[in-house]
Parts: sequence; C-alpha cells; structure tokens
Amino acid sequence: MNKAFKNLDEVTIRFAGDSGDGMQLTGMQFTSTTALLGNDLSTLPDFPAEIRAPAGTLFGVSGFQIHFGSTEINTPGDACDVLVAMNPAALKVNLRSLRDGGIIIANSDGFNEKNLKLAGYESNPLEDGSLSRYQLHAVAITKLTHNALDDLGLSNKLVERSKNFFALGMMYWMFTRPLEPTIKWIQDKFKKNPELVEANTRVLKAGYAFGETTEIFAVRYEVKPAPLAPGRYRSVTGNEAIAWGLIAASVKSGLDIFLGSYPITPASDILHELAKHKNFRVKTFQAEDEIAGITSAIGASYGGAIGATTTSGPGMALKAEAMGLAVMLELPLIICDVQRGGPSTGLPTKTEQADLLQALYGRNSEAPIPVIAASTPADCFLTAFEAVRIAIKYMTPVIILSDGYLANGAEPWMIPSVSSLPDIAPKFRTDPKGFQPYMRDERTLARPWAIPGTPGLEHRIGGLEKEHITGNVSYDPENHEFMVRMRQAKVDRIADDIPPALVEGDQKGDLLVVGWGGTYGAIRTAVEDKRREGKSVSHLQLKYINPFQKNVGEILYNFKCVLVPELNLGQLARVLRAKYLVPAVTLSKVQGLPFKAIEIENKIDEILGSTR
Amino acid sequence: MNLVEDILKDAPATPPVKYTAKDFQSDQDVRWCPGCGDYSILAQVQRVMPDLNIPKHRIVFVSGIGCSSRFPYYMESYGFHSIHGRAPAIASGLKIARPDLMVWVATGDGDGLSIGGNHLIHVCRRNVDLKILLFNNEIYGLTKGQYSPTSEVGKVTKSTPYGSIDHPFNPLLVALGAEASFVARTLDRDPKHLQTIIRRAADHKGTAFIEIYQNCNVFNDGAFFKYTEKETKDDNVVFIEHGKPMVFGKERDKGVRLEGFTPTVVSLKDGKYSASDLIVHNEKDTMLSFILARMSSIPDLPRPVGVVYAVERPLYDAEVSKQIQQAIQKQGEGNLEKLLNHGETWAIK
Ligand SMILES: Cc1ncc(C[n+]2csc(CCOP(=O)(O)OP(=O)(O)O)c2C)c(N)n1
Ligand code: SF4
Ligand SMILES: [Mg+2]
Repeated sequence: MNKAFKNLDEVTIRFAGDSGDGMQLTGMQFTSTTALLGNDLSTLPDFPAEIRAPAGTLFGVSGFQIHFGSTEINTPGDACDVLVAMNPAALKVNLRSLRDGGIIIANSDGFNEKNLKLAGYESNPLEDGSLSRYQLHAVAITKLTHNALDDLGLSNKLVERSKNFFALGMMYWMFTRPLEPTIKWIQDKFKKNPELVEANTRVLKAGYAFGETTEIFAVRYEVKPAPLAPGRYRSVTGNEAIAWGLIAASVKSGLDIFLGSYPITPASDILHELAKHKNFRVKTFQAEDEIAGITSAIGASYGGAIGATTTSGPGMALKAEAMGLAVMLELPLIICDVQRGGPSTGLPTKTEQADLLQALYGRNSEAPIPVIAASTPADCFLTAFEAVRIAIKYMTPVIILSDGYLANGAEPWMIPSVSSLPDIAPKFRTDPKGFQPYMRDERTLARPWAIPGTPGLEHRIGGLEKEHITGNVSYDPENHEFMVRMRQAKVDRIADDIPPALVEGDQKGDLLVVGWGGTYGAIRTAVEDKRREGKSVSHLQLKYINPFQKNVGEILYNFKCVLVPELNLGQLARVLRAKYLVPAVTLSKVQGLPFKAIEIENKIDEILGSTR
Repeated sequence: MNLVEDILKDAPATPPVKYTAKDFQSDQDVRWCPGCGDYSILAQVQRVMPDLNIPKHRIVFVSGIGCSSRFPYYMESYGFHSIHGRAPAIASGLKIARPDLMVWVATGDGDGLSIGGNHLIHVCRRNVDLKILLFNNEIYGLTKGQYSPTSEVGKVTKSTPYGSIDHPFNPLLVALGAEASFVARTLDRDPKHLQTIIRRAADHKGTAFIEIYQNCNVFNDGAFFKYTEKETKDDNVVFIEHGKPMVFGKERDKGVRLEGFTPTVVSLKDGKYSASDLIVHNEKDTMLSFILARMSSIPDLPRPVGVVYAVERPLYDAEVSKQIQQAIQKQGEGNLEKLLNHGETWAIK
C-alpha cells in the first residue's frame, strides 16, 4: 500500500503499560535508534515505586516519554503527540499528557472487562466514543503477537512478554526508523536463548509489517536529523554521566575512586555503574547504611583516594553529621545527592529539587560546603569532574546536586576527547620539615593532604576544634571564631576559581529567569519561545550555588524582574533574596514531575504582561 | 601505579630504628582522670607496638567519641578521632583504600555497641583487617555517667535513678554472633595479659575484636574488681588457653566441665574429677566459643578471659584488591577513551 509521508520538526511519544510490560526497555530502544539517526532528543522515564505492582492497576503504570526532533530539543516534551497504551490503566493515567488531536495506539486486547474495571472505566473508551478528540487506533497487539509466534510453541507468558516489541515495530514504521539496531540489541541481549532472539525479532518485524499493510495508518512521518555540532555522540543518562565523570577525574588525577554508598532510588545506578569498572581501580563499597557510606569514604579520602558517596534526600539527612566531620577535617570528599520527592520516603521514583537548602545548610553549626548542580543528563559528567577538582584543590567536601529527572533521563552527548579534560593535580605533603597539619596554602587556604604511610608526618586529626596551624585540639574562644571564619573564607575563595555566569539572551532587560539544576531544558525552551515572540527575557542557569559566581549579583541587577522556577517552594529564590536583596519571584511546582516549558511561558507572560 | 603508591614507594617498610614504648608516646597531654583504666591500656599498647616491627608511619588509630576514643591523640602514629560510633566504618574505608596500613580502632561500650553497633557488627561479618579495642567500662564516661548497653540490669545512674531495666549486651557474643574471626577478652589491670592479647590481635589476619574490662574510677568504680583484684580474681576468672583444660581458682583446684552443653564448675580436690574431665579450650571451635562467651551471663561461673575464638577466613580488603587485579588482568587497565566510546555511538558530520 502506498502511504503518504509527512515531515515533522519534532515529535513526543509516550509508551505506557503495566510495569511488567517492558515499557522502559521499549522506550530506550526507540531512543537509541532515534539517536543513531541524528535527531536531538530528551527522555523522561516515569515508573512506579513498586517493582511489580499488580497488573492492570493505575499505580502500576510505567511510562517512557521521548521528545525528538530535527531542531534543538531541551525537554522531554510538554504534551505527547502519540500515546501508546498497552491497557486501560495506561490510557487513563497518561491521557492528560496527550495533546488534543494526538494519536492513541491502544492494545485493544488489553481492554478486557477486568482491566477496564481496575482502571475505573465504566465502559470501554475504545468503543464508547469518549476519545473522539483524538486519532484513535485500536490494535489487537496481543493477538497479533500470538499470530506471529504461532509455530514456535512458546508458553503464553513468553509470547505476552514480547508484545512490547510489536508496539515498538509499529512505532519504527510510523516514524520511519530502521529495525536493525534493535535486532542487533536483541541478538546480543538474548544470546544465551536463541528462542527469544527469534521470537522478539519476529514480533518486532511483525509490528513494522503491520504498519505497512494495515489500512488504519494512512500516514507515516519523517523527522530529519538535527543540526548537532559535528562529532561523535552517544546517549547518556545522568547517573551514568556522574559515574564516568568520577572515573575521568580519577584518570586525570592519578587517584583511585572509593565509593561508599547505600542503595537508594534514584541514586543506586551510580553505584551499579561504578561497580562495573574495577579495571579503573574503582573500589565500590556497599555500606551497611548511609552513615557508613560517607564515613568509609572519608576514611578512604584520608588515605589518599577520591572518597565519594552517592545518595538521595533521606540518605543526605543521615550523612549530615559526617559532612560536618569532613568540613572539620578538611579532606576532599564528593557527596552526590540525586534528589527525589520528599519529605521522608516521599516519592522515591519521582523528581524534585527540594534538597537545596539541606545541601547548603543541613548541618550543625557553621559548616560551609561547596554545592554545584548539574543541568542536563550529559552535564552530570563535567559536574562530577568539576566537583573532584574543587574538592582536591581546596581540601573540602563538595556536594553535587542531581535529581531523578536527570538521573534517568537521557540525551545525546558529544563525547569529549580525553585530552580536552583538564588535569587535576593533587599535592600530597611528603616533606616532614616544618609540617603542620593545619597550615594553609596562601592562595587556596587549603591545608596539606598528609596521608598515612608518609614517613615523618605522623599526626592526629579529628572532629574537635583545631588550633590554627598546629591542628591540636583547642577550646580557645578566639581560635574557634578564627577557624569558623577560615573555613568559610576557604569556600568563598572558590568563587575566584570558577568561570563567570553566562546569560542566555540579552544582558539587560525586563525579565531574567534564573534556574538551577535540571530545570535547564524547560527554562531554555520557554525563554527562547518568548524571545522569538519579541519579549525582553533572558535566562541564567546556575551551576555553582555555593559559592555563587562573582558576577551573579551584577547580572541580577540588570533586569527589572527576576523569576525563579523551582521544583520546590522557592528555595533558591530565598537564597538569592537574602544574598542580593532582589525581589525574586518564585514559580513553584512540586508534583514529582519536571516543568513543562508552557508552565514557565505562562508565568513569563503573566509577569511581562503586568510590567508592560 | 596510582599517585599514592608513587609518592610512598620509597617509604621504609620496616622501622628505621628499633622502637621503644617511648617512641609511641605523642606530645599531647593525656587528659583522662587520674586512676582511669585507660592509662594502662595506652601503656600496654605502647609497649607492644615496638615488637610488631611495623614503622610508625604505617600505623593508624581510628576512634569514635568517648573518653576511650581520645586514645589516638596519645599515640605517636597516624591518628583519627572521628564522630560517635563511626570509627569502624571510617577504618573500613581507610583499610580498603589502603591495605598497606595497619589500622586499629579504639572504641567504648557506648561508642561501639550503642550508636555504632551497626558498623561494629558489619565490620566483623566482612572481616576487614582491623584491630578493635573495645574499652568496656559499663558506663558512659565522657557524658558523665549514664548507663550503657553493657550496664547490668538494675544499675542506678543519672539517667536510671530507679535502676536500669535494659538487658545488657555481652560484647563477646555480639562479636561472635557477627562472625568476627578473632574474639578475645582481657583486663586493664592485668598488664601482662593485656599485652599478650594485643599482640595476638596484631598478629591476627582479619577483624580482631578485644573486649577490655576497663575501670572508670569516677562513674563506675570497681565494676570489674571481682575479676581484676588479687583477692577475688583467681576464683572468678578462668584464663583460657588454646589446648589447655579450663582450670582456675587460687589453688588451681577448680575446673569448668561440660554437662551436655552446659558449663559447670567442678572441684578437682575431692578426686571425683581431674583435669582430663574439663573443657579443653579450642580457639577454632565455633560452638565452644559461644558456650564460653555465654558463661559471663551465668552468675556462678567464672568469667573466661583470653582468646575465645580465632580462625582465619578471607580478608575483605584483600578480596577487594584481588577483584581489581583480576579485572585489570582480564580487561586491561581502564582506558577512559574506550569507556566513553563503548556501546552505541554515532557520528554527526
Ligand atoms: C552524635 C552524638 N551523640 C551523642 C554524643 C555524646 N556522647 C559523647 S561520648 C558518649 C558516650 C560514650 O560512652 P562510651 O563509648 O562508653 O565511652 P567512654 O566515655 O565510657 O569511654 C556520648 C553519648 C556525641 N558526642 N555525639
Ligand atoms: S570519666 Fe571514667 S572513663 Fe572517663 S577518663 Fe574519667 S575515669 Fe576514665
Ligand atoms: Mg564506656
């Protein structure tokens, strides 16, 4: 059959089904293939906290959204153009993310009485006309999968498990993508089980062929490659990028990584990734709890390794006392908080940015720690690398803030050449002559890193207040104040050693939208849209939150209004107001979901409308 | 070779001179109360150190918080006074990162068995090569006298004016239950024995756990006098030695015999029993170790003092290094370029 081709600049697709339906895998395969075609893209996995939630339930729905295009793509997409729903619950949960007139591809076999009831539908939405606002395609995916595998004699269960490949095959057809990368992946993944290779490949091809032959799809779409800068690319998630950034810092510094960590969503994948790379001499230690995670890392740093610990909010809370110890000891240490919804256990698999104040201040007494935030999945790489550079140069713990959205989201990443990464040059003290544990480098105010095993440098350190220079225990009032100020001054000095903040857009104007961390893509998209409309709006995304870059104040004062969108109740805004006395306006969202660009655009309109 | 190995490659592996105990005394003023049992423990450790033939720069003492945890300040070696309860975890990280170091942990009954109990048991189970000195004074010394997880039921302290109703831990059983590979008990007021046990722990490969009965003469004076003082010690302590029958008593006229699984005291005087009827201590016998450790909770039995249990099993830190060596052998030294380019990549022209 001859079908019409239509060109699109960008598309957002959401795959949704039961958590057992393999939607994450389907989405990831679509992502890899799409990346290979040279599209720019951004993804948002959205899965339940339950590992195998009861089938058919609303809370058991697992989704994966991909936004790709022939233009620059910065977010996983505000609204979907296509929703693939494997059952009624998936339809119900995700319908609100589908734009009017969008395409629904539903597995009609999943819409049986039991599932409809579980999803709370009184009648079958595929048949009752309630979806008339959309282009509805009901496809008997389960039955067609069975047909494709008829002669293989597989169990029902195995057949059902491969139905996601049928859906994937249809999508490949609809968006004109090749099957080969996924077939190769299947061959590799199931190489021990030829039966599954055969089954999944067949089903994938059957899905594609169905698109080709069925009458129900009249058009297929093409999305041309995006004008990405020339180079070699790969897809990377935030968690992978953190792990590789740490490894890169290890290679560039000549020090081993020691990761002390206790599993917690959404940070565990950093531990998993680092545990794979023992040939980089990475030592991973799955500790008995978060406290042992950080304290073992402190022990390792004391011994001359790059001690690191990875966690999420609840774990951060447990590590607070030990962070203070690291501040007192003035040892390098990397603390990575992959934020999730809170408080308490909160929303383990959902994203949030509400640990900012915890990272800045969540310790007893005056315990300043540099805080830097990653803005995109790929940016996690350089953020981790930069954290190690600062930690070693200034002999200080450094907190990296990531979040669930960055951790699991993926984007194309131009692979940096190893030689382009700066060297990190740790200076271990070896000369016993004139050695004092708390003497300081004049420029950085860092104390010497004197590791056990070095002859003649035997000394004692600890959490009790130190006497300036000697490091002996001291209860002297003046000395205490001096040391409190010294530790603060050391962290403040880092501002001299980081690049200035860069504004995207004009340097002066009506409105500056200030973001930090994972909101980068949504803010960038929103600000660019509004600038195209001629609005006087610019964008500043802060990576360095403690200390701020030196020109931040100056930038803020160049705008009439400052808007701070955050996935919390206004934490950065509070800090900016306190430090720069600017009347920053907050745009909050705390739903466990990232911002949509449109939400920010609406707020921009609201503000600029009223200032005009 | 990493940078650490590189800068330390010329550091001597043996002491440059023959050390004496004095070489292990730091320049810090010792701040324990006069008469505190901690002094003796410090002195015996300083006495044993020279015999180990390990240079000072390779020795690290890590501690938590408490009177006992001040220990590292007074040792002329590397020292790390940390936060309450966390010494075993800090020491684990250090030892895993730096297996070339000899790492000791000084902790108290509160530090090690209350706030840090979790770390203590996990270190034992993993068998990280650490030497743990648990100063048991059955009280919180530094915070001025609250009951501790080893205080006896009924103990009247500032926080238990009507007597403690907590059932206490038996530190030996905690360590054995956590499968420590070396478990011993010794006494602050028996310098010779203390030295022997410290030496045994130092020579042991794996987590070595020593419970030291330590007198806090300010807040819990005499808690262990029954077991440490001349008049009462012989009749209340049985010094256990590998391969020897469990004889005790001033006249060496009593012994411990097993009836079923129950240890009982028998007289060797009336001719009914002789040494050959008694338990012959076997440090490698897991079942026996539990029976001996249990004896402390049975009122009429003497307290076993000595090495209760000592076996060898794989060292955690060594296994970590082994996995790394194996990975390097199999995959070659890590190559960053290769790592960043592995799997699916594509070129944009
Ligand atoms: C997190 C924390 N909680 C409580 C304290 C207070 N504290 C200091 S030492 C101690 C108990 C020490 O008892 P033990 O370990 O038996 O040591 P000892 O002083 O008896 O040698 C307590 C509760 C602290 N320093 N840190
Ligand atoms: S309070 Fe007790 S344990 Fe602490 S130093 Fe004084 S006597 Fe020793
Ligand atoms: Mg105590």
